[in-house]
Amino acid sequence: MSRRTFSMGGVHPADNKISRDCKIEVLPIPDTVYIHLGQHIGAPAKPIVAVGDKVKVGQPIAEPGGFVSAYIHSSVSGTVKSIAPRKDLAGNPQMCIEIAVEGDEWMEGIDTSDTIVTDFPDDAKTSLEKIKAAGIVGLGGATFPTHVKLMPPPGKKCDMLIINGCECEPYLTSDFRTLLEKGEQVAIGAAIIKNVLGVDKATIAIEDNKPEAIKHMNEVLTNLRKLSSKYAGISVMSLMKKYPEGGEKQLIDAVMHRQVKSGGLPIDVGAVVQNVATALAVYDAVQKNKPIVDNSVTVTGECFPKQANLLVRVGTPLKYIIDYLGGMPADAVKVISGGPMMGKAIANLDAATLKGTSALLFLTAKQTARGKEGNCIRCGKCAEACPMGLEPFLLNRLSRAGGMLDELEKNAVQDCIECGCCLYSCPANIPLLDVIRQSKAQVMGVIKARAAAAAAAKK
Amino acid sequence: MSKLLVSPSPHIHASVSTKSLMRDVVLALVPAAIVSVLFYGLGELVVLGTSIASCLVLEYLITRYLLKKDNSVGDWSAVVTGLLLALNLPASTPWWVVFIGAVVAIGVAKMTFGGLGQNVFNPALVGRVFLLVSFPTYMTNWESNGGLFGIADAFSGATPLGAIKEGLIALNAGTPGASTLSELTSQYGVSDLIFAHLGGSAGEISAIALLLGFGYLLLRKVVRPYITLSIWGTVALVSLAFSLAAPEQFTGPAFNLLTGGMILGSCFMATDYVTSPMSIKGGIIFGVGIGFITMMIRYFGSYPEGMSFAILIMNATVPLLNNWCHQRKYGRA
Repeated sequence: MSRRTFSMGGVHPADNKISRDCKIEVLPIPDTVYIHLGQHIGAPAKPIVAVGDKVKVGQPIAEPGGFVSAYIHSSVSGTVKSIAPRKDLAGNPQMCIEIAVEGDEWMEGIDTSDTIVTDFPDDAKTSLEKIKAAGIVGLGGATFPTHVKLMPPPGKKCDMLIINGCECEPYLTSDFRTLLEKGEQVAIGAAIIKNVLGVDKATIAIEDNKPEAIKHMNEVLTNLRKLSSKYAGISVMSLMKKYPEGGEKQLIDAVMHRQVKSGGLPIDVGAVVQNVATALAVYDAVQKNKPIVDNSVTVTGECFPKQANLLVRVGTPLKYIIDYLGGMPADAVKVISGGPMMGKAIANLDAATLKGTSALLFLTAKQTARGKEGNCIRCGKCAEACPMGLEPFLLNRLSRAGGMLDELEKNAVQDCIECGCCLYSCPANIPLLDVIRQSKAQVMGVIKARAAAAAAAKK
Repeated sequence: MSKLLVSPSPHIHASVSTKSLMRDVVLALVPAAIVSVLFYGLGELVVLGTSIASCLVLEYLITRYLLKKDNSVGDWSAVVTGLLLALNLPASTPWWVVFIGAVVAIGVAKMTFGGLGQNVFNPALVGRVFLLVSFPTYMTNWESNGGLFGIADAFSGATPLGAIKEGLIALNAGTPGASTLSELTSQYGVSDLIFAHLGGSAGEISAIALLLGFGYLLLRKVVRPYITLSIWGTVALVSLAFSLAAPEQFTGPAFNLLTGGMILGSCFMATDYVTSPMSIKGGIIFGVGIGFITMMIRYFGSYPEGMSFAILIMNATVPLLNNWCHQRKYGRA
């Protein structure tokens, strides 16, 4: 067991990785896909196809709508049926390109074979261009455009690349399966990113509840190092299983013993963190010319008829996935996109998957029940659990008192990463995070307005 | 399928609840309660029963009819208060005195502040100190008829700390034939103090039974050890310094750590969530304060023990300590 972990807070929910032995299975292509233009954080992409156009798999169908934005590609071959608003997972209308599937014809130049290409271009610029062109976004949940993250602002130097293989959320297994089944590709992807950043050290961080993945990646790296010196400096690090270890700030703390200042970026302390699935996508983009057209999704839950890790084309309707695996279980009351700690409850099963969709989790009423709120008994378990060292009991009290934005900011409500540890551990079932989220948004608004005013004053 | 539950994350919850925490505290006190019944006999059962039943009934009546809230009997906190109050009383306390203690504990110390989580002072201790001041005779009557199954000898006398305080007063007054401090303490073997000794509130006679329960609470992560340890550390240091300086006037660490409700107070009363500080730093200051005040009362006050007063005094500082002491935040110096 590893003793290395982040320095404060954290909780130990039951693993429940019941789909860990399910190999990644290719989901048959649906009849129609719905590809959202807002697949990432930042400006939505702008469509570059028109209704009636024929498209192929991997063909760009939308271009970046700003600096922080990304290309979007068709995940299928067929005809563009409509470009119109359609309800997303939360039930809110979002611009969407609807494509009726005809066959499975890929763009020229995309290598769809399984052959592993270990030699990659030395030129960072070539790789970066390919990463940008492939529409890669952070697949660990934040969906931040990867090419932007790989261009550190001038003056900032990266000391270490961390490949995040923690998968600290219960139930999720798609990264674990990716490490086991596509370990070489992930390692090569990591080496490419390392080369783009021009950094000497990279580490693949994996929690110690996945010993098979740790062993496999060590073997993979040993073999790759024999092939080329390009694979020197990449190691595997075993971390103690603790949620939220995969949180960027916590992972940097665990791996490098450095803490990102409030409001700062990982690069400020010399770190760049990329998810396992992102490293795989980088491999695909640079070595195979393959943009993001599919991603692995864990479909799980004790009440769900079949556990699975599926390779799903972007834009596949959730209902199609559920029906493929045996249909919606009668006792499931909540479907979550992502894990049970930070995932979002889905309101609309007609919605389609996004690049960043990592899991569909089905929970019963009993599993997801919240008890009746009681009095705070001042046990301090929320503060003990907070991985940011905040005092949720205090933030809750200040929020509910109203008009305490100054005090809330002083007590660092804006540092909350919304991991849910406080609410998870509260014996009195106080909806701490629900309350804190709201005041965090208000305080962030104040901070942004202040920054804008300061910038205006400078001019 | 049309009716999906949509609510914010997290979507799961730890299996811990106020009720489960309180139940764990009750469970942890069971060994001490058993020892008290064994050593003090069925009279102790009456005290335990009256105390717990009164606390539960009062909690129910007050929440239901005075505060007009959902009744909070189900959270087990009234059981904890009742049990702690009973363990803080002599086994011979008449039932009606116990009842008055419960009225003060639940009615005054807990409910007037708004119930669980709102009170400033530890309810059981307020009840106990009220009785100590109002009914000193009942509260210092340490009698045993030999307990159940003749486990103990019939006993009537003072607590170890009480006996020593009286002995020292006699000695310092120059009473002829008064025993020296070492003669006084030699009556109490350390092993008796650890396993079980008569003369004391029902709950404080067996250190080992209390420590067993405290170990369970630590293991279950119901409480953290730093408050308790800082009390013990302070008591040990203060008593070591004084006893080295004047061995014939001041009792030493072992004696002070094992007598006078030290274990019950430091493990179960000072660690009460509601009336102790939230942060580790605050908790350590709180514990040091309790240890120091206790020793000052024992050495220089007119009461032989002092744990109850020390905890209540430090309870009053908790809001301040919470204001001053915050835990270290990520990425901030």
